[in-house]
Amino acid sequence: MFTFTLRRLLMAIPTLLIISLVIFMLLELAPGDPLANQPLTIPPEVREKMRLALGLGEPIHIRYWKWLIQFFWIEPLNIFDGIFGTGFAEGEQRIVSWQFRSPVFDVIWQRIPQTLWVVGMAYVVGVLIAVPIGIISAYKQYSWFDQIGTFVSMIGFSVPTFFTGVLMIVIFSVELGWFPSIYDTTLVVNSWDTFMLQVRQMVMPVAVLALFNASQISRFMRASMLDNLNQDYVRTARAKGMRERTVVLVHVLRNSLIPVVTVIALGVPTIFGGAIITEQVFKVNGLGQLLITAIYANDLPMVQTLTFIFAVLIVVFNLIADVLYGLLDPRIRYD
Amino acid sequence: MTDTAQMPAPGKGGPKPFTVEQALKPPRNQWWDVWDQYKTHKGALVGMIVFLIIVGATLLGPFVWTIDPTFIDIRARNGSASWAHPLGTDQLGRDMLARMMAGGRVSIAVGLTAMLLSLVLGTLIGVMAGYFRRLDGLLMRLTDLFLALPLLPLLLVMVMFFREPLSRAYGPEMGIFILIVFAIGATSWMQTARIVRGDVLALKEREFVLAARSIGTPPRRMIIRHVLPNVMSPIMVSATLGIANAIITESALSFLGLGFPPDFPTWGRLLFDAVDYIRDYPARVIWPGVAISFVVLSVNYIGDGLRDALDPRIRGR
Amino acid sequence: MRLRTALLSAAAGLVLAPMAFAAGHEGPRGRDGQVNIIYWQAPSILNPYLSSGTKDIEAASMVIEPLGRYNEVGELVPYLAAEIPTVDNGGVSEDLTTITWKIKPGITWSDGTPFTAADAVFTAEYCMHPEGGCAQAAKFDGVSNVEAIDDLTVKVTFAAPTPVPYGPFTGGQGPVIQKAQFAECLGANAPQCTDANFKPIGTGPFKVVDFRPNDVIQMEANENFRDEGKPAFATVTFKGGGDAAAAGRAVLETGEFDYAWNLQLAPDVLAGMAAAGKGTPISAFGTLVERIEMNMTSPSADLAEGERATLMHPHPFLSDLRVRKALSMAIDRELLVEIGYGQAGRPTCNLVPNPPNFASDNTDCLTQDVEGAKALLEEAGFTPGADGIRANADGLRLSLLYQSSTNAVRQDFQALIKQWWNDIGVEVELKNIDASVFFGGDPGSPDTFQKFYADVEMYANNFDGTDPQPYLAAYRCGMEPKPSTGWQGENINRYCDPAYDALLDELSAEANFEERGRIARQLNDMITKDSYVIVPLVDRGRVSAHANSLGGVVLNTWDSELWNVADWYRIK
Repeated sequence: MFTFTLRRLLMAIPTLLIISLVIFMLLELAPGDPLANQPLTIPPEVREKMRLALGLGEPIHIRYWKWLIQFFWIEPLNIFDGIFGTGFAEGEQRIVSWQFRSPVFDVIWQRIPQTLWVVGMAYVVGVLIAVPIGIISAYKQYSWFDQIGTFVSMIGFSVPTFFTGVLMIVIFSVELGWFPSIYDTTLVVNSWDTFMLQVRQMVMPVAVLALFNASQISRFMRASMLDNLNQDYVRTARAKGMRERTVVLVHVLRNSLIPVVTVIALGVPTIFGGAIITEQVFKVNGLGQLLITAIYANDLPMVQTLTFIFAVLIVVFNLIADVLYGLLDPRIRYD
Repeated sequence: MTDTAQMPAPGKGGPKPFTVEQALKPPRNQWWDVWDQYKTHKGALVGMIVFLIIVGATLLGPFVWTIDPTFIDIRARNGSASWAHPLGTDQLGRDMLARMMAGGRVSIAVGLTAMLLSLVLGTLIGVMAGYFRRLDGLLMRLTDLFLALPLLPLLLVMVMFFREPLSRAYGPEMGIFILIVFAIGATSWMQTARIVRGDVLALKEREFVLAARSIGTPPRRMIIRHVLPNVMSPIMVSATLGIANAIITESALSFLGLGFPPDFPTWGRLLFDAVDYIRDYPARVIWPGVAISFVVLSVNYIGDGLRDALDPRIRGR
Repeated sequence: MRLRTALLSAAAGLVLAPMAFAAGHEGPRGRDGQVNIIYWQAPSILNPYLSSGTKDIEAASMVIEPLGRYNEVGELVPYLAAEIPTVDNGGVSEDLTTITWKIKPGITWSDGTPFTAADAVFTAEYCMHPEGGCAQAAKFDGVSNVEAIDDLTVKVTFAAPTPVPYGPFTGGQGPVIQKAQFAECLGANAPQCTDANFKPIGTGPFKVVDFRPNDVIQMEANENFRDEGKPAFATVTFKGGGDAAAAGRAVLETGEFDYAWNLQLAPDVLAGMAAAGKGTPISAFGTLVERIEMNMTSPSADLAEGERATLMHPHPFLSDLRVRKALSMAIDRELLVEIGYGQAGRPTCNLVPNPPNFASDNTDCLTQDVEGAKALLEEAGFTPGADGIRANADGLRLSLLYQSSTNAVRQDFQALIKQWWNDIGVEVELKNIDASVFFGGDPGSPDTFQKFYADVEMYANNFDGTDPQPYLAAYRCGMEPKPSTGWQGENINRYCDPAYDALLDELSAEANFEERGRIARQLNDMITKDSYVIVPLVDRGRVSAHANSLGGVVLNTWDSELWNVADWYRIK
């Protein structure tokens, strides 16, 4: 297992390089212009000058190479400097966003708290709801609990968040006035009151997202449990006289988790990808909003860096999922 | 029908004593057995009927209700339900019933084909990666790559390159349809692939697979006979989720100007357009929302029934 | 000293003074606590010289100020200057080549240091630096030298006589930045100065405490602000992001915010929100005109790349004036306004709808005339075929591709206009393109508005300030986007008329205000009602909304909407 993990980690490096190159080429090919959101009143020559000032005059391979060096060498140095107060990266050109003219990592750091709070919390809540629902629905297949669970989760999945979000705002902010419709990212939690404010502003976005996550994961959980409940080993376990609890919660659950772990592990990077629509609806302004505005503004350094971080997370969590397979099912061997 | 999963229930679905006459009868096509099992699943039967009704309404409806969905009657705008417009009219006075029917045709077609495409791709890649160790690394890295690609620029590039050639080859609407189906299918297979691969990895170590392999079953038959039927349930779940996903993605695409022409109604688009009017004209949000949910729900139940029906262990009982 | 400042500013700011005093809301600075502003497009930088996005300019206008600003009727009023220089008061030289600004004495930056002419000179240097990529370089067009005569006098010299010398240091796009803060940020170093770009030191009523790009800005009152007792608010939260509907809801329905910018919403949606009674939508008109542009060249996909949509191939039927005129006649502009803009729009036939001196009295197009349009097409030789679509004797069908950017109102307009054009026998295919692609000048994309690979397209455009000369000059022969210029160019329609060019030359040499108005109106008529190359639809105003408890708001479309934020107060 250890050698497998190590080998996979080493293999991740060329993989990530290729992914970064593909992303770079794709962004380069995509139509769009970093100056598209500037007013039409700017004359063409001024536009051209602004473009050159962004570094767009340089050939593509040089820009890619610069980005690579900045991402893998200068930015880590900056983080190191930040932690130990040293000055290794001083004077080095960092990755600079075209929209903000400021280092992209500074903005990304700013966005992480609200994203983790809202999207991460929604994910945790979603998983915590989904797994038990999936287990009970499968164990009591076609009971009223199962039917209601199916119905709610299908609604949760088929009604898009741009609709549920607005609906919640209209009901709970406009009509009832219980929760704020706009998320305050500057709120500092340092007392009971501010904590309650934070909870109140998180309720709606978390609920909307958790419903969406839970409905997806609970479907996979249920299907997987159903598959395993029919297996011979379950019959054997029951025949041996094991307690029903043990049979279901230890043997069946462990085997059923394999596909579900994939779904859950694959979902974790999407937390960092943010929830574009939900963030937009509630003005959470996290990483998802950062990415989508960067794409609209054609801010290539920002898009490239964000998607690449995202790719790293995906590769890492896929590896984690693979390792978990081995742990959950000792029969799976990779070496 | 509670707990069918664990104990063979006596009655219609239960086992029948094996008689001499039965043994002498010519072998019955196994699809009849599947159908028999399917029929016993009440949810699946209702789901199928609802689905057929919706499909029938969207396909045949326009012959009965002949108002053009793009016809603008500006004086009748923002109308509520009436005999002339049973579902009311939108902000330009277009008939909502006609738009629902026209939109449903497109949405269901996009949903089904895109879902099928992503299922086929996902299952193929998942099974290959899980079954052949040599392909695993390569295919999974490809999956990682696709998961990591930013969707919007990818779609923009696809639209830029393929919109005009496809429109020229297949006409504007069919060309865009192909483009959208392909775009959604090509960007949503990854999860299915990962899940199927995980299942196949586990299956491969099971005794019956070992047994089949030890008698020299070639890989192709192994996959079709032994592996695929056992990964049906995650595939079915992906299918249900895939339809909803495709319908919603289509609406996002046309909103971004990457999809169908702006005056071309689809359910997702109708829903999106109506959200601004949620307080004044809630009906306009409800109709497309309900329609999408019903399609997804009914496909889900059909999938449930199919999975049970295709599972030899359940069917035999 | 202070008394003199107060007297001077009272004398200079005559336009502002009566309003502020009449309202009778005086008191110590910061008396009204907190004000919340929401812009659904979030500001990404507070330096207007590096981004000219409206959101950025307006957010920055609360902090940094120009010498002179346009008020709500489009007149230049002094801000940091003691008065507006004119030929009459000797500020502008007789030969129209220099303008000399006198700065109000006693003004300090928010860090307490004095504001001097050197700061203004530095600002010009900053923007005119060849490597800086200054977004407002056009403001300094034709400037040959900027110098400080003394601490409070700046002289701008132009290379040629300039009838309207108010480019530099005016309006939201021309604020003065502090030399001490930006000294290291010249040219290629401009983007490195994150701190300065995010937290510029200014002379305005507020100063930045915290700036989170594309999210939120927190500001507090500038204790060194020149006017006693202003601003009334001690702190500002300037939130960005979301969409227009959400911003409207936050002000009009939930009351969480006090001011929402640019509520581009369908009129009935806005009316529904306003009915909640927490706030009031306000509107004002500027120069923004939603229009249909006719392509004078053939966009046919059969043409080779590089020849498509260029002057080599005139448009098969849109080059016929009668067809263009018929298309315009079939449109009911009143109805478009009613559907799409409500109080934020009015039908127009002019490219330059404002200011009054430059607005032509042309109203011919306002009445829809379907029969007349049909007759005109008949006259041009296009008769209806079996499918109702007109074609001429050579089999040329009137079939159009009509493109626009993605936006709910534009798509409604497209659907309506498609129907009217269908009625007169013209086949229409609609296409909408994501705004970031449509308005982006990427020469690799086939979908930009400059490339114009369609027969007609619809968008809105306006001009800066109050003088339309550069705007009208865009339609000169040879200014069209073409492969040789990387598809850059402002003459989108590929219009070319020597008479028009001659008249343009006349305009650029004319200094008399009335005479300039006459020529500009004539130019406007040439490209609209005489040729129907540009078919104006709606004069689009700006709709914003403020909470009922927020006083002092005066909506201004000639400058930043937040131009008088120092005068805002809380109604108690």
